[in-house]
Amino acid sequence: MPISFLRRPEAIVVVVLAIAMIGIGVVNPAFWSLDNQFGLLRSNVVIGIMALGVLLVMISGGIDVSFPAFAVAAMYLTVKGMIQFDYTGVALPFFAATVIGLLLGGFNAFCIRAFRMIPLIVTLGTASVVRGLLLGLVGTSTINVDKMPPQLIDFGKTDLVNLTLADGSRYGLTAMILIYAALALAIHLALRYTLIGRSLYAFGGAPEAAARVGFDTRKTLFFAYCTAGALAGFAGLLHASMIWLANPRDFVGFELDVIAAVVLGGASIFGGKGSVPGTLLGVFLLVMIKNSLIIMHIDTTWQQVVVGLVIIGATTLTAWRDRKRVA
Amino acid sequence: MKTTGAERGAFDFRRLVNHDDNIGQLLLITAAVFVAMAALSPEKFLRYYNFESISFTFPELGLLSIAIMVAMLTGGIDLSIIGIANLAGVLAGVLFHRLAPGASASLGLSAVAGGIALALAVGVVAGALNGLLIAKLRITPILATLGTSQVFTGLALVLTGGPAIVGFPAGWNFIGNGKIGGVAAPFVIFVALAAGVSFILSRTAFGAKLMLIGANAKAAVFAGLDTERVVFQSYVLTGVLASVAGLILSGRTNAAKSDYGASYLLEAVLIAVLGGTNPAGGRGAVLGVSIAVLALMLLSSGFQILRFSNFLIDFIWGGFLLLVIAINVTRNRQR
Repeated sequence: MPISFLRRPEAIVVVVLAIAMIGIGVVNPAFWSLDNQFGLLRSNVVIGIMALGVLLVMISGGIDVSFPAFAVAAMYLTVKGMIQFDYTGVALPFFAATVIGLLLGGFNAFCIRAFRMIPLIVTLGTASVVRGLLLGLVGTSTINVDKMPPQLIDFGKTDLVNLTLADGSRYGLTAMILIYAALALAIHLALRYTLIGRSLYAFGGAPEAAARVGFDTRKTLFFAYCTAGALAGFAGLLHASMIWLANPRDFVGFELDVIAAVVLGGASIFGGKGSVPGTLLGVFLLVMIKNSLIIMHIDTTWQQVVVGLVIIGATTLTAWRDRKRVA
Repeated sequence: MKTTGAERGAFDFRRLVNHDDNIGQLLLITAAVFVAMAALSPEKFLRYYNFESISFTFPELGLLSIAIMVAMLTGGIDLSIIGIANLAGVLAGVLFHRLAPGASASLGLSAVAGGIALALAVGVVAGALNGLLIAKLRITPILATLGTSQVFTGLALVLTGGPAIVGFPAGWNFIGNGKIGGVAAPFVIFVALAAGVSFILSRTAFGAKLMLIGANAKAAVFAGLDTERVVFQSYVLTGVLASVAGLILSGRTNAAKSDYGASYLLEAVLIAVLGGTNPAGGRGAVLGVSIAVLALMLLSSGFQILRFSNFLIDFIWGGFLLLVIAINVTRNRQR
């Protein structure tokens, strides 16, 4: 049992995570407070949902740098629409944001499939198109808390448990973590037990072989990018409801964090590798490292350097792991 | 057959246009952009000042585009070029402030030479780091340079603490704003480096190996090429080109910051692809990229004269990139 566990790609993340947690806890025991842990889990939700989408894309052997732009477009358009029509529900807006993301993701898949172009370059282009259109035509001003639809804010405020600190201030564990868990479970099951999920691994491992054994590779590709877009759109609106404002310039550079988290979780950019549990761990590790710089009294200007080093370290490990397999 | 210089030039040109219709197509696009912009706003676009200002601003983008093209030749990409450029400018700025706290603007030529050496060293070291990760450790270029770009940008942020570093010596500003024989200094640097890279790619063994590796990496290995070394060196070359771009950028604006020119990355990719570079490797030429930069700069200056919003320009660049990809595909299918 222990040996088979260590062979799993997630094992290394678990080990790194454990070491990092102990280290941070030693520097500042406040890390272990329930307050801080709840805060960490809360920070996992939005980046984690997006990471699930990127995981699918990376298993298919591609990469997506356009999903933050899609998320911001879905969020801003939906919130604007809610204000415009005085809409008071929450379900329909989330559905709309998801559909906006889905359609944009479909456009990615179309370009990649029809032009046989490298996903990185296609998604760089679509990201620029979507952000440019949003800021150029829809608007550049942030929708602040006083203008935000109150139902959306109330939804984001929902807590699972609510506790009171010694000094009287209240804190809780956001219920959004349940949505994240449900989506993660759905993607996990889809990847493991459905034909389309298995076709992703086959396509990512060897596209030509996948096509020859009869997988509909067009469907596979659209599934990966559409799901990534849909999850990004959903997460975008969720983000707005959790921070109580909608900023059309949000999520700039966010793709780096998400990709870093997915790679940390063991996915390989060459495709065919990666799992939901690994990604969840990768997301948690990245969020924890970024958030803990503050409680470890490290200047926040170092954050970017640390994220970069984490990406380099994780990819080096993955490359080393994959090379050993070949040898 | 021996020919005189002039004849050979003409011969070369005709061969270029006939042989590589990409160059002809590019020249056509450039001419069309020029005519369209001249027709839309003749009194503003067709001024000497407008073209002069283009000759000052286009070398940065041109060098970055050539840098990314070099990385694309082996089927890779370098997303850290902007980070390298900014780090080079920031480190030089930090050096000047250390040498003469409070009076860095009055530093002499020897200090400027030191700054240039430091900036170029940043390019070499950063490029070598990318090359090490990609060629030796076999990390995918996208992820490796995504990571290093964070590190370079982050280091520049740590060094500046956020705000821009200002107060560069006069000699440094000359690099970005001066004139050599009536021609913009950045333009002179660009032409010299573009010619150098063009020579390296088309006339040296290194260039030939690069193209071979890009065209078929496996065949290159079986042919006995030292793939690792060539790829490593190509990323060093990319890093140096990026650092020169950073040098010019900080000289022109008299400032260096960790997040300058963020939009340059997309534009550099667009220009490289527009200029006939195959992002999957094996094909690309400095001449094509140079013409593509010119076309884009004319277009962008025209948009500014027509008072397009910056966001709409972002949209147009992205759309243009997708359009160029689509056109390339349909053209290749027809063959």
